[in-house]
Amino acid sequence: MLEVHDLTVRFGGITALDGVGFEVAAGEMVGLIGPNGAGKTTLFNCLTRRYDPDAGTISYEGRDLTAVAPHAIAGLGIARTFQNLGLFPRLSVRDNVLVGAHHRGRAGFFSAGLRLPGVGREERALRADADAVLERLGLTGVAAHPATGLPFGTLKRVELARALVARPRLLLLDEPVNGLNAAEVEEFAGTLGAIRAEYGLTVIVVEHHMGFVMGICERIVCLDFGRKIAEGPPEEVQRDPAVIEAYLGTAA
Amino acid sequence: MSTTKAKVERPASVRKGGGRFDWRWAGLAALLAAAVYAPFQLVPFHVFQLTMVLVYAVALLGLNLLVGHAGQISLGHGAFFAIGAYTCAILLDRFDLPYPLTLPLAAAVAFVLGLALGVPAMRLRGLYLALVTLAIAIFLVPLLKRFEELTGGSMGLTLAKPTPPAWSGLAEDQWLYFLTLAVAVAAFLLAASLLRSRVGRALHALRDNEIAAEVMGVRLSFYKTLAFAWSAMFAGAAGCVYTWVIGFVSPDSFTVNLSITLLAGLVVGGLGSLSGPVLGGLFVMFVPSISQDINDAAPGVIFGLLIIAVMYVAPTGLAGLAGRLIKKIPRKE
Repeated sequence: MLEVHDLTVRFGGITALDGVGFEVAAGEMVGLIGPNGAGKTTLFNCLTRRYDPDAGTISYEGRDLTAVAPHAIAGLGIARTFQNLGLFPRLSVRDNVLVGAHHRGRAGFFSAGLRLPGVGREERALRADADAVLERLGLTGVAAHPATGLPFGTLKRVELARALVARPRLLLLDEPVNGLNAAEVEEFAGTLGAIRAEYGLTVIVVEHHMGFVMGICERIVCLDFGRKIAEGPPEEVQRDPAVIEAYLGTAA
Repeated sequence: MSTTKAKVERPASVRKGGGRFDWRWAGLAALLAAAVYAPFQLVPFHVFQLTMVLVYAVALLGLNLLVGHAGQISLGHGAFFAIGAYTCAILLDRFDLPYPLTLPLAAAVAFVLGLALGVPAMRLRGLYLALVTLAIAIFLVPLLKRFEELTGGSMGLTLAKPTPPAWSGLAEDQWLYFLTLAVAVAAFLLAASLLRSRVGRALHALRDNEIAAEVMGVRLSFYKTLAFAWSAMFAGAAGCVYTWVIGFVSPDSFTVNLSITLLAGLVVGGLGSLSGPVLGGLFVMFVPSISQDINDAAPGVIFGLLIIAVMYVAPTGLAGLAGRLIKKIPRKE
């Protein structure tokens, strides 16, 4: 489904990604790990066209992703969440989630302003869908609440709901359990597993919480200083000397 | 499911007592009733003043779309107001068009010019955008004076005002008032349905977080440019009605001051709220003339002081202040 080859991104003198390549098959759940600054979020930003890679290719469902406009990514079935939340603070939780359905709607300035037939029908369908996702993630109670002032864990779920309403095939999660307590992490792992099956999702998840990543992913890719240093099933990567070294430093 | 459906169609009737919508719709109905009743009770000069409040409110609805909802800035809104006013004046003066036809044409001209200027302007942000839009407002006055044959130059154009049809039995000031009220209500409904839709959400999303909005599929340049063009269209329509009401246009009515007054009025009235433009219209109409009575130089000073006061006391403008006061009224149930 996704093939990344030789991906290189440089910021001035710093090479954030250095010839990274890996593949993700449809339906897989892949964990992307590595110490801070390893290039994980940079990789996500390349996949969602926030950054232009200096070299390398990204092929998604046979299409060259680097030639796609940033706003068209959602339409191709790629949705993401953000490391430090990317919500719209002045909108209600429901409206935040509805923005996720933006690319599925057609209403334009004229048709919406004049309430042409079809606009209301489309809006009702999207709202029903958004409400179903809110219900599924236990957010119905806060749907009318502005997306600020809610607990961090709740806002993380709002972001997930927004991504799901976009009906993605590929879901990119950037540190989804960062800042959650142990019980919440466990709950989130359960929810994610169930949702993945329900929606038929392919998932790439960046996460530092090793228990979570190793428990939920079938395959792990480990980055360090922009290079891929290991790839394989969780139990293998966990024992990989290069990975241990990257995380703990060289034994003195 | 069924409640969701009904809510989209008719918010007022579904919510049972005590909900926020009851207040709003009741207030709106009362306001409209008062607006219809007022011209029969006031002297012509006050009717004229109310008419101008509505004219400015239409222009501010457009400015609010751009500044309050899409989070962009424009210091050149008065230029599009002037374009609407002059389009109407020239169509009446040169082509003897019946006046109702001038409204869609003036709005269309302002829309097209807004689109043409919005494509380059909306690639800029913040201060740069403010400067470019300010430049539009500055350039317009000499431009209007330059094409004297069409615009009447510095002398401007004097036109006959629309005359009330015999069946209405209204005086001229009342007829102009009702024409303006009709345009204002239509503009209000247009803006309200736009903002409650997918388009409104996209504008709010790009205002709050551009990156996240784009990842969700909102095409930033498209929405910013169209918001600019639509805001220009509202200003153009308001300008056209202005020409109907005043019967005279001249370049000096549309200086940079107008643009700045409009922006100040919107900020004081309340950015991003639907009642903000109406309150802002009151501000634009009355604050300059009242302060002019104190001293010729007073309007600038009073504007500055009022904006600072609003920023401290009510950062969400008069509309936000009113909203907070209404929430404080204890409610039963």
